[in-house]
Order: sequence, then C-alpha cells, then structure tokens
Amino acid sequence: MTDLEGIFAARGLTRRDFLKGCGALAAIMGLGQAAVPQIARALEQAAQRPPVVWLDFQECLGCTESVSKSRYPDFSTIVLDMISLEYSEALMAGAGVQAEQNYTDSVEGQKGKYVLVVEGSVATKIPNAMCVGGRQSVDIARESIANAALVIAVGNCAAFGNVQAAHPNPTGAMGMLAFMEQEGMDIGKLIQLPTCPVNPVHVTSVITYFLTYKKLPELDQWRRPLIHFGRKVHDECPRRSHFDEGRFVEALGSPSEDERLCLYKMGCRGPHTYSDCATVLWNNRSNWCIGAGQCIGCSEKDFWDDFQDFYAPMPGVSVPGLGGIRVSADTVGIGLAAVTGAAIVAHLGVSIAKGRLGKNRDETVVEEKEA
Amino acid sequence: MATIVIDPVTRIEGHLRVEVEIDNGKVVDAWTTSTLFRGLEMIVENRPWMDAWHYTHRVCGVCPTPHGHNSSMALEDAAGITPPPNARLMRNLLECAQLLHDHVLWFYVLNGLDYVDVVSALSAKPASPTLAGVQAKLKAFVDSGQLGFLENGYWGHPAYKLPPDLNLQLAAHYLESIRIQAVASEASAIFGGKFPYQMSTPPGGYSSVPHQDQLDQFEFKCREVADFIDSALLPDLLAIAPFYVDQAAIGAGHGNYFSWGVLDEDIQTGDPYKRVFPRGSITGALQGDLTVSPVDHETDVREWVTSSWNTQYDGGLHPWEGVTGPDFTGTDGIAEIDRAGRYAWEKSAHLKDAPVEVGPLAQMLIAYLAGGPSHPAKKLVDDTLAAVGQTGKPAVLMSNLGRIAARVLKVKIVADKTFEYLAQLRESMAGGDMEFYTPVPDNPTGKGFSGWDAPRGSLAHWCVLDGGKVKRYQIITPSGWNFAPRAGDKKVRGPVEEALVGTPVENPEQPLEILRTLHSFDP
Repeated sequence: MTDLEGIFAARGLTRRDFLKGCGALAAIMGLGQAAVPQIARALEQAAQRPPVVWLDFQECLGCTESVSKSRYPDFSTIVLDMISLEYSEALMAGAGVQAEQNYTDSVEGQKGKYVLVVEGSVATKIPNAMCVGGRQSVDIARESIANAALVIAVGNCAAFGNVQAAHPNPTGAMGMLAFMEQEGMDIGKLIQLPTCPVNPVHVTSVITYFLTYKKLPELDQWRRPLIHFGRKVHDECPRRSHFDEGRFVEALGSPSEDERLCLYKMGCRGPHTYSDCATVLWNNRSNWCIGAGQCIGCSEKDFWDDFQDFYAPMPGVSVPGLGGIRVSADTVGIGLAAVTGAAIVAHLGVSIAKGRLGKNRDETVVEEKEA
Repeated sequence: MATIVIDPVTRIEGHLRVEVEIDNGKVVDAWTTSTLFRGLEMIVENRPWMDAWHYTHRVCGVCPTPHGHNSSMALEDAAGITPPPNARLMRNLLECAQLLHDHVLWFYVLNGLDYVDVVSALSAKPASPTLAGVQAKLKAFVDSGQLGFLENGYWGHPAYKLPPDLNLQLAAHYLESIRIQAVASEASAIFGGKFPYQMSTPPGGYSSVPHQDQLDQFEFKCREVADFIDSALLPDLLAIAPFYVDQAAIGAGHGNYFSWGVLDEDIQTGDPYKRVFPRGSITGALQGDLTVSPVDHETDVREWVTSSWNTQYDGGLHPWEGVTGPDFTGTDGIAEIDRAGRYAWEKSAHLKDAPVEVGPLAQMLIAYLAGGPSHPAKKLVDDTLAAVGQTGKPAVLMSNLGRIAARVLKVKIVADKTFEYLAQLRESMAGGDMEFYTPVPDNPTGKGFSGWDAPRGSLAHWCVLDGGKVKRYQIITPSGWNFAPRAGDKKVRGPVEEALVGTPVENPEQPLEILRTLHSFDP
C-alpha cells in the first residue's frame, strides 16, 4: 500500500476513490482517461512533496479563500499530501520571525526547487504601499521569483493588477507578467491564472499537469493555459442557444431571467471573455456567475477599465450568422445601445433564417481587445 | 523593557505588523500597523453608479458578501429605491452562508492553532478509528520531515494547555472544518454564482430568480454545516474553555462596543434596530455601564488620520466628506515605525468621539442586552455563563475567551435563522410573490449610506452620486475600528492596541499570547 493509499484508507477512502480523483483531474486538464495511471504514478512517486511558497501582496485573500474551497482534491489533501506549503501568511502556525524563517529556508535554502504562488499585485509607484516583514513587495518579488522553479500567478491581481490597477492605479499596482518583463526576468517559468478570485480547479489542474509531465501546458500570449483560457465563456454558455434564437433577459430578476434566457442585453461580458467557467463552474460545480448574475470578464487584463458600465450591453458583439454584418466598437459606441439592439435584431434574422451550425461558433465576432 | 515586532501577523485577512513593549512579562504598550494600501475608494470615483458594488466588493475576499450588500444598499439609499422583500431574504440567506463559512473557518484554521498543539496530538490515545486515522495521517505528515505551514509553530509552548486527546480531537475537527467551510461556500455560490464575490445582488435587489432545486440544494448544504456546528463546534468550545479560563482575564480593551446590525427581520423596511443582531452601541462597559444606545451615523461617526499615512486634515471627518489619499511618511519597507508620529495605512474610525470595538462580541452583547427576553442570544449567553460559573455576569465576556465564545454562540443563532429565512422565502414564492428586483433610476444624484455588519464586525459604505456617476465613496471596515492607530487630540490607542496592554508574554521569542489577543478580533 502506498502512503497515499494509507492516507486515503485512514479517511475511509479506497484506491478506487484515489483513482477516481485522478480521473477527475484528468478530465479537468482536458486529458483522456488513458492519462489516469500516469497521473496516479506522478502523484504517488513524488517522494518529496514539491515545496510551495505562497506569497500575498496587494490582495483581498480571496484567492486563498477560493483555493481552500477545492473539493476534488480537497484542500487538506492538497496541503498534506500533494504539496509542501512552506509559506502562507493565511495558514502558517508561526508568525513574525518564525514565519520569515520559513520564507528564508525556502527561498534561499531550496533555491531553484520550489513553486512560487503569487496572490496579489506588487506596488511599484508607492512601493511602501505593500510591505511584509520590513520589506517592500517589489524586493520580495524580485528575490522569490528569481529563485523559483515555477511561478504561478493566481487571480487577476497577480496576473494583471486587477482592481487596484484600474484607473488611476494610485499605487502603481502591477501583475507578474508586466513586472517580470519590466525587471528583465525570464517569463518562461510563469503561468497565469486570472479570474477574480482564482478558480481552484485551475490551480490543481496546472500543478498536477506540471507534476505529471514536468512541463507547462500550452499558454496564450498572457501566459494563461489554453486548456482553461482557450475558449470564450460565450461559446460554452448553457444560455447560448437563447442568444442565437434572440431570447434575451429583458430586466434583472424578471420572468425572462426565471427562464434563464441570454444575459447579453443586461451587460454580460461573456462574448469578450476567455475562460472555461461554463464547464468547470465554481465552488464544487455549485453554480457560476451567469447562473445568478452575469459575467464581468474577470479573466481579462484591464477588464475594470475596458469592460466597465457592466449593466449596459457591450458594444462590438455581433450575433451569429453566416457572413453576417460585423458590428464594431467604432460603429456602436458605449451608450448607443439602441444601435446595438437594432444590429442584434438584424443579425437575428440571419441567425434564425440559416439556423445555427457548429461551425458558426468561430464566426461569432468579438472585437478582440488584445488585437 | 523589551520590544517585540510581529511582522507579518499570520492567519489573518490582510497585512498587519504589530509592535509591543514588554515589561515584567506583560505588554505595556502596543502599536498596530496595516502595511497594505490599494486605494479602492479613489478608483471607484467617476465610475457608473451601478458598477460601484463590483469594485468595492473587492475590499475583502474573506468577507465579500457584506461588502457587496453594503455597497448595493448604500447605492440604493442614494438612488432612493427599496429592494423588494424577497431580495432582502436572498441577501439574508447569502449573509448566513457567509457567516457559517467564516466563523467555522476562523475557529479552527485561523484561531485554532493558538490553542491546539498539533504535535501533542501525536501522543494521544485515539478513542475511535476515525481519530486513529487522523493521528496516523498527522504522524505520516510529521515523519515526512516536511512540516510546511506547521513548521516553526510554537509547539510545546507552556501556554498550550490541552491534553493530547483533546488536541487530537481538535486537529481532526480542524481538517473536517476545511471541508465544512467549503460546503458553506457552495451554499453561497448557489445563490451568488460563486464564492468569494457573489454576482447576484446589485443595487435594486437580487438579479436572478432562484429555482426550487436551488432552494433545496442550499438547504442541504446549510444543514450539513449546521450539523457540524452542533456536533463539533459547540462541544469543542465547551471542551477547551475550562483549560483556557485565563483568557477570560486578558484582552479587555476599552470596553466600548458597537454594531450596525445584521440580518433583517423586518424584510419590508430593513429596520436596523429590528435585525437579529440589532444596531446599537455601548460606551464604558468596563465602568459598569451596559446601556445600549442608538447610533446616528451622521452625528456619531468620524474618521481621523492623526497617525495615518493619509492626506492630512484637521479633526475627524464624516465619510460623506471623507478624504482618501496616500501620503507615506515612514521608513522604507515599514522596517521601523515612528511611534510618536504617523505609523499606519489604516485611518482611525471613532464613534461618539471614542475608539470602539466591533465584532461578534459587540453583536452578541448588544443582542443580549437589547434584544428582549425572547432573543436567542439571551438563553445561549445565560447558559454559557452558568456553565462557567459566572451567572449574571456578562462582563466576563469582555476578554479573549469572550470573543471566542461570542463567535461560536453567534454562528449557532445564524444557523437556526438560515432555515427560518429559507422557509419564509418558500412561503413567499409559493404565495405568488416572484418579485426579486426593483427597477433602478437612470442617472441618480444623492447621498447614500449602509451599515450592515461583516463577520468580523461593523462595516459601512458611504457614497455620493452625481448624475449617475460616483462622486465620492468611503468605506469603514471592521479593521478601521478595531485596528485604528492612535487618533484624536489625545492620541488615544485603538481598540486592539488597548486590548494588547496587559497581555502576558512568557517568552518574547515566541509571542503566542500576543497572537491570541490579536486573533480574538479576527483581523
């Protein structure tokens, strides 16, 4: 019996449960069930649990909260069986000098061997707006990133600076990608998991992928893994058929919302947002934003500035249709909702006439904000 | 005299540095320093008013629900609209789920390790196969040599008093609580979309319409948490309290308490004096005055910046006139502080011209004293006082142990209320009331306020709207009250600074007792 099996047995879980857990991880990573033995082997053979240093900078602790809600695997399994959480302000028993000893033991003592998880942005304009242990966040980040084997930026703060980086960004809040580029550091070891907060499924997925394959998954230009950020929320939305058929929620909390029609006219940012929220969902698959509110685009860079006026329809979305008319942000400015509405109606005619085919997916036109 | 600096204070939300002066084995003076500034109040200015709640929601990822609620309610107040009764019930239910999650997590994960010696649990004689399994797991973990987050804890410190068997029981419940707090968050997600940061409570009410299967799922999840509270949390409190009676004499503080109130009982109007935990303040409790007085935010609340790295102004300002602007004057890295000058990012909130403690102790005291004879706090507190031989003496609650007890008893009340609100909602919907949202005006102008307590204490948002844009926005968090630095003309200590005075410290190298006083406030 392996140690891990013993631990599972102590909880009344069997090897079958363990393999089921590996199966869930395989599914999350978009791998077939053929990968299960490989994942199981990787987890079992990690004689030393990989050391993880979790740093908190300008944040709200929401990402720690979110990861602590992981269920498959659950959070106690993660910190007791999968990784060795060497430093976490939120969880460490020791404080002050004892906590900082843990930091030094890892960042200096395990140089090149630990995984660095960053929650929160660094403060660059007012560096003293973010200090821990008598040091500024920029100094801590420089040192801990340089010595890390892998850097995982969890949440939109660590990836892009999030809300504190929104205009006028009083403290010069900066995410890891911009910071590492500014500092001339190697971004090859950086992986970013934006969304606000981070989705625990994304964290367990990339850690397991890394343990299993000893490399990073394929990333986009923002260093987000394509397995999780390669498709638009809109494309996988269970309300998508209502969009295609022109059935929209006409008022918040109304009978049309009771019917779970499309939220586009209420301001949903799903058509502009790359994330697999619709399939992995949130909090142990209990719900997701569109199931109770709407998408505000929290996986995207600068969404607080670029996507604001969240309860007005986003311009630049055209409705499906083969060779349909494209509506751009230039022709439909913010505030010209009536024009957008007219465009929707025009497009719906096409959509209804031609029907929606699988290949139409690629023809949903969105003004790519990174373009 | 010796100085101890604890930076970072761990197992809290946010970033905190604490400096204390020790003499004859006791704290004689203290300075609390928040070491983080983000400036959300500045960032939300000039934004569309309906958006503001999403930005200000992000103040706290541990207590997001009340930030969202307060923001939407302050914006509703400014726009002159009232959410429908069903929406108030939805907000109550979301707040209940938040509290069920928060207080369980705090008791075991944030505060628990100050009282539970995990290493001692290894020498326990397990009373059940489950406990044996947990012990084997802990042993394997310790034997691996990778102690991780438990490394450099204060294991074996003489202030740990529990016998090994009880340490093991609490360690087992620590692990179980991690699962339970996740279940509570799943309940939040059912009505909010996700947790942290619900998406369903914008100005106007509740933006979706719950379906029957969601009501059922919400109930099942909350039942599971409520079972844990009855079968583990309450018994654990009573089991450990006799070993830590010394904590009933530590951490009193100023003896001023206040709560904005939380959980609406009057779902038509949201009257804050009729809430389960009603609005009110107590001034001078240590001098024996346990009168509960009303709170008028306009006359009673002022924010000072005497010791804050904030744009300076004279006197204290009401939040509608409040000013937020970073003005750092300290040492790089906050490696040292200027005790006599400005030493924290936090502003200092005063109520009725005095620093005041907020949190479950304040909420429970006010509910106990002003909630009437049938209030559930009455029986719970009286029974607990009787169990510890202090019948009729609620003043013993004004301590570290009292704060722990208050949180646990409070969450029992919250659990019971959850099912009442759910039944009310089912009845309302079955009766044909499907109104969850009130239409909002296009470009409102006006001033708004909402005070609705967060798990860790009094939280309020203030806004000024002009033609549909946010002109000014101010927030006073629980930390703005509890972790206020010295302020006012007399530079009186903040509540936690005051509570730290008198805390005994056995070994200045291992300041476990100081952490206990700090954690009792759930920073």
